[in-house]
Amino acid sequence: MSEKLSVDRRGFLKSAAVTGAAAFVPGAASAEPQAQSAAPALASAPTPPRETDPSSTVEVVTTDRPGGDFMVDVIKSLDFEFVAANPGSSFRGIHESIVNYGGNSAPEFITCCHEESSVAMAHGYFKAEGKPMAVLCHGTVGMQHAAMAIYNAYCDRVPVYIMAGNTLDATLRRPGVEWAHSVQDAAVMVRDFIKWDDQPISLPHFAESAVRAYKIAMTPPMMPVLLVLDGGLQEDPIANEITARLRVPKLTRASAPQGDSGAVAEAAKLLAGAQNPVIVADRAARTAAGLARLIELAETLQAPVINQGGRMNFPTRHPLNQSANARQLIANADVILGLELTDFWGTVNAARDSLVRTSRPITKAGTKLISITALDLNTKGNYQDFQRYPEVDIAMAADAEATLPSLIDACKRALAADRRTALAERGKKLAESHASALVRSRAEAGYGWDASPISTARLTMELWAAVKDEDWSLVAESGIMSDWTARLWNFEKHYQSLGGSGGAGVGYGAPAAIGAALANRKHGRFSVTIQGDGDLLYAPGVWWTAAHHRIPLLAVMHNNRAYHQELMHLQRMANRHQRGITRAHIGTTIDNPNVDFAKIAQGMGVHAQGPITNPSDLGPAIKRSIEVVKKGEPSLIDVITQPR
Amino acid sequence: MRRMLLGAFVIVAVTAYAQTPQRPAATAPGGSAEAGKKLFVADGCYQCHGYEAQGSSATGPRLGPRPIAFVAFSRYVRQPTGQMPPYTAKVVSDADLANIYAFVQSRPEPAKDIPLLK
Repeated sequence: MSEKLSVDRRGFLKSAAVTGAAAFVPGAASAEPQAQSAAPALASAPTPPRETDPSSTVEVVTTDRPGGDFMVDVIKSLDFEFVAANPGSSFRGIHESIVNYGGNSAPEFITCCHEESSVAMAHGYFKAEGKPMAVLCHGTVGMQHAAMAIYNAYCDRVPVYIMAGNTLDATLRRPGVEWAHSVQDAAVMVRDFIKWDDQPISLPHFAESAVRAYKIAMTPPMMPVLLVLDGGLQEDPIANEITARLRVPKLTRASAPQGDSGAVAEAAKLLAGAQNPVIVADRAARTAAGLARLIELAETLQAPVINQGGRMNFPTRHPLNQSANARQLIANADVILGLELTDFWGTVNAARDSLVRTSRPITKAGTKLISITALDLNTKGNYQDFQRYPEVDIAMAADAEATLPSLIDACKRALAADRRTALAERGKKLAESHASALVRSRAEAGYGWDASPISTARLTMELWAAVKDEDWSLVAESGIMSDWTARLWNFEKHYQSLGGSGGAGVGYGAPAAIGAALANRKHGRFSVTIQGDGDLLYAPGVWWTAAHHRIPLLAVMHNNRAYHQELMHLQRMANRHQRGITRAHIGTTIDNPNVDFAKIAQGMGVHAQGPITNPSDLGPAIKRSIEVVKKGEPSLIDVITQPR
Repeated sequence: MRRMLLGAFVIVAVTAYAQTPQRPAATAPGGSAEAGKKLFVADGCYQCHGYEAQGSSATGPRLGPRPIAFVAFSRYVRQPTGQMPPYTAKVVSDADLANIYAFVQSRPEPAKDIPLLK
């Protein structure tokens, strides 16, 4: 590094102050007192050189090696494919380093129109790809925009790697906006719902914290992490004295926590001896291996599996998939194994939202409850997503997917040989029950088949007919669709169902779908989403992102022209107060005028069709859109639907 | 988590509203299906049960075309035991309820062979 480039930011700004004063104040002599006033340290500086001495008056205005370049070196070591961001001056240094020094590759910059979109894209991306996406945002207004999406990712136990820009040194901030966009503690606003944060004060500090953040985010329970990047650290030349200390630390991922061997053995004993064991899975099987393990456990025990849908978990057509009979199975169970359940209490209790709120157990007295969840390793106090306290009999603070191999082995050892016949008989009955449930679902789907607005069952099956022969991935479902996909589609691969938002923060669906579709693109998977209308209105600009980055995705809208959940809540209140529901639409419906979502999408460069109200038009429209998506572009179909 | 999305509207105790009718509606009062169709929307029945009373696993069961007996139907509407909000006579009169019942009864059976449902 040249001597010139070793000048630090404070140094060359001081130089600029002197030069500036000399430029705007008549006479060199009058400049000196002003410089002294602005920066007393300059009082001992040599007498300002004369204008005839150009070598001493040249301001250092360039550098070939800003700190942001080293940050990019570190980030590249973490193997990020993408960094999503709405541009912001507080991270302009690293932004420039990414696109120039880093070649805008690994990570590639994904331009977003809202920080909520950036984070939710990263959220969806992780669930399809299994590794985090990076996000950049302002430490102030950007974090404020991002906050809800961060909360969703936190509740969904998804790692998002967030870097926020900030300008720590108040004496170096540009007047005006940079002050408004600076903060003492950028992380405080989201610290309750991230796993870890740091604000490095040097590049070596950044390197360690960047690698540490990745490791923490990816250790179950996985959650978002935040690094706050000082603007000076990004933009200033790397000082000579720092260079020798710069190195990219080695990343060693922590192995996922597994259940204690004694607890595993005790759980296996209960499960092997149970007459009516039930396995309930929520965010359990997130990989192909996890899916295979859960199948193996269920088949070993010939136990029914209830999939609560936080992850793919279990094939829908497997005969032991008994999600359609959940209530009855829970009621009859003598042992229930809960794998990464969001709400174990709610799984085994019924609560009624009436004037007097009541609840009661669904289970029989004496039913043994076994919980395996990594969430027991990291529960925070402020936000209440941890749900009501479940009184379980065995609680393993461990990652369920990682614990499955030892649990399977223990169950195989615990199963007495004389139980084989009983287990086979149980499996046979469950297979018959599974087949009956599918027949019932298909029969139910026929009601309202030709209705307009279009039934959600019709939408689901028109879409299924069009995508079933593709290597499809249902990347999101926003809005409530009566579980038709889970009931009628043949889900069998780990990337075919990615779960929901986690925190029920509306606005997740569109960006998460596009983020997951971005992950699926290189695998050649056909990404499809069912898109709610209310959800899409939060930050529709993410469809511009899909068009700009050519992210292939088919979105079929479940447009019921309402915030329908809230409409039903209003109905509940109005009926409870005996006032009728004639005004329940006020503040809850999205009509008058109706939103033309196709035009919105088209305006952002996205192929779009609709609104479609005739069910006979839907199938042909889907086929047209599939042709577009297969060419590598996004396409949206606005479909006017029944409420649920 | 799918269950969480369904929120407070997950139906957990609506066995009185079985989706498959158990008894003929012989006791049903005379009502106007046409008037009932309008009331079905105006009174918000569609919100949980769909415009065709086809039902939803998320919010409310199918009601037609062969509903439970009117007496049980009326009792449940007035005094629901599950998640359904109560409709007292103050907001839905007996006559209106009879019209709604007639509308529910008038819903068509689905076609027997829908290719996409095979």
